[in-house]
Amino acid sequence: MLQFIVRRVLLLIPVLVGLTVIMFAIARILPGDPVALAAGPNATQAEIEALTVEYGLDQPVWVQYGHYVSGLLQGDLGTSLLTRRPVAADIAAYLPATLELVFAAMAIAVLLGIPLGLVTAVWRNRWPDYLSQVAAIGAISMPRFFLGLLLQLCFAMWLAWLPLGGRLPIIVIPPPSVTGFLTIDALIAGDWTAFTTALSHLAMPAIAMSLSPLATIMRMMRSSTIEVMQQDYVMTARALGLPRRQIITKYVARNAVSATLTVIGLYFGWLLGGTVLVETVFDWPGLGLYATKAIVSQDMMPVIGVALVIGLLFVLANLVIDLLYGVINPKVRYS
Amino acid sequence: MTAPLLSIRDLHLSMSSYDGKAHVLNGIDLTVNRGEIWGLVGESGCGKSLTGLSISQLLPSPPADYMAGEIMLEGRDMLKLPRPELQKLRGNRIGMIFQDPTTNLNPAFRIGDQLVDVALAAARWKPGILDCPPGAGRSERKRAARKLARDMLERVGIPDAGMRLDSYPHQFSGGMRQRVLIAMALIGRPDLLIADEPTTALDVSVQAQILKLLKGCVADYDMGVILITHNLGVVAETCSHVAVMYAGNIVESGPVAAVIERPEHPYTRALMASIPTRDTRRGMLRGLAGSVPNLITPPPGCRFAPRCPHATAACMTGVPAPVRVGRDHAAACIHAKEPETAHV
Ligand SMILES: Nc1ncnc2c1ncn2[C@@H]1O[C@H](COP(=O)(O)OP(=O)(O)O)[C@@H](O)[C@H]1O
Ligand SMILES: [Mg+2]
Repeated sequence: MLQFIVRRVLLLIPVLVGLTVIMFAIARILPGDPVALAAGPNATQAEIEALTVEYGLDQPVWVQYGHYVSGLLQGDLGTSLLTRRPVAADIAAYLPATLELVFAAMAIAVLLGIPLGLVTAVWRNRWPDYLSQVAAIGAISMPRFFLGLLLQLCFAMWLAWLPLGGRLPIIVIPPPSVTGFLTIDALIAGDWTAFTTALSHLAMPAIAMSLSPLATIMRMMRSSTIEVMQQDYVMTARALGLPRRQIITKYVARNAVSATLTVIGLYFGWLLGGTVLVETVFDWPGLGLYATKAIVSQDMMPVIGVALVIGLLFVLANLVIDLLYGVINPKVRYS
Repeated sequence: MTAPLLSIRDLHLSMSSYDGKAHVLNGIDLTVNRGEIWGLVGESGCGKSLTGLSISQLLPSPPADYMAGEIMLEGRDMLKLPRPELQKLRGNRIGMIFQDPTTNLNPAFRIGDQLVDVALAAARWKPGILDCPPGAGRSERKRAARKLARDMLERVGIPDAGMRLDSYPHQFSGGMRQRVLIAMALIGRPDLLIADEPTTALDVSVQAQILKLLKGCVADYDMGVILITHNLGVVAETCSHVAVMYAGNIVESGPVAAVIERPEHPYTRALMASIPTRDTRRGMLRGLAGSVPNLITPPPGCRFAPRCPHATAACMTGVPAPVRVGRDHAAACIHAKEPETAHV
């Protein structure tokens, strides 16, 4: 078990090295002068040169890379040209918002997708199944940002039930930070107003992000449930008088979920990398929005930093899924 | 006289598939009393498993269609029972064991949990199997069920039963898994046990042990048993009675000794002649041409006639009724004779 975790973490090293190299190469190829952009339109040539030296951008790229890597080993992700703050500090500030969004979206997708998959498998080839099949294709094929715009139009503009965007209005005092997730921190603080406000802001972007994984998890769960229901042990359970409900929700469900877990892990990474558009549409102050602003001003350090953190989280998510797989499937655990 | 434990009368079953509707059970008659072990033998595909599954109606319909007949459990026709009533019989009146012990245990759950769930389900209609007072709470019933599970594992010969409750199926050998499945089938104290090829997937050395165990359990619990097998050797060793099936019909039935010593149906004789020796492949019938008939368009009359060395024109008209050829011994062949005239 421990050996397994260590092996997976070691596997991270080449991934991270690859990521940094690629990002550095891209930074070099991109046209334009980021320092000039950062210094502003009124900066003199001398000021720009001073900034270039300050950030070490006058040195050969491999020296820059060496500096970066040695900094990285100490947890230093470089400095943003734009905010002029350490990238690590910026990421620490923006990451919780993104994680909250991704976790909320995954929670919706998993908590609805798994039971819906079970139900449609049990009622396969009847109208609830056909209906869900059509809805799933719609949900998978619709781009998230477009869905986000539709939601805004409907729930924010017409019905005015939910706010258009943002995370927490300035007038609401944020709860003391424990987890960094506003909804959970508000609950911990027992601050009901802050909780409902935070939740109402979280709802639409989370729904917009959840639909595609929800549909995929549901379809995966459906097909693995159908497969599991053909297994001999289900016949034995029926023959020995176990109630149908228990057979499905306990015996079939656990076996079917283990086949669905892989998809859940992959989707977690897919959502992390894909928050950019949704965060932009909903003005959600997360990593995606931060990275977008950095890309626009060719501020490469934040972009590399965000890419690294997302890559890291992606690998961690899949590690967790693999461990969960062992929990659900005893055969994997013991071998 | 009280009603027999199980009495199947003229059961007809069809299964639909893409090729058409196959008339797979063509008038099955079978009576099983407590204490009897009935061997149900025949070539593969003759309908043995479907007979077993149709007793507690485990076949989904469609494709299964019970066209006619009755299946009486102590005088009650199970084919007429509503679903929930039928459900109550499974596990606590009728236990089942299937062929492959590897695939019939759920790989994701400890065997203790699986046994406890079966015991709790059975105890809903038969509270007596759990050793706890009537108003006992859930956790108390669970504890009692766990104790029962341990006792059952001990009964079927699993060492360290208490500890093995927490093991997963893949931590057992094939023979041990089949013992677990036997414990699971018997934990609800059924009156009728249906075992579908319970030893076919096991090593020869383990087969004998499992059959011996089954025989012991039958004596202990006063059950009736249907033991499905394609192996006449198993029947001779384990069963008190035998029913020989061919293409959806029971062609001969009776006490094992009578049927083996004096087979009256030509198919039974062919089956006996084909008991595997070193130079015949299993499943091959020596001296019999042709193969099992297509059940979508079965031959008219006796379904065995096309392969039968003694067939006459009369065999092609009408399914032959069972003819009594000895005490409790019948053969469904128009050439079979009553005992007074059969052997002089
Ligand atoms: N689900 C099914 N659909 C259609 N035909 C079936 C189905 N299951 C079994 N049959 C047919 O019923 C016949 C009897 O099968 P079975 O009872 O399994 O034979 P066996 O004696 O080997 O146990 C076979 O000819 C088989 O092709
Ligand atoms: Mg069979």
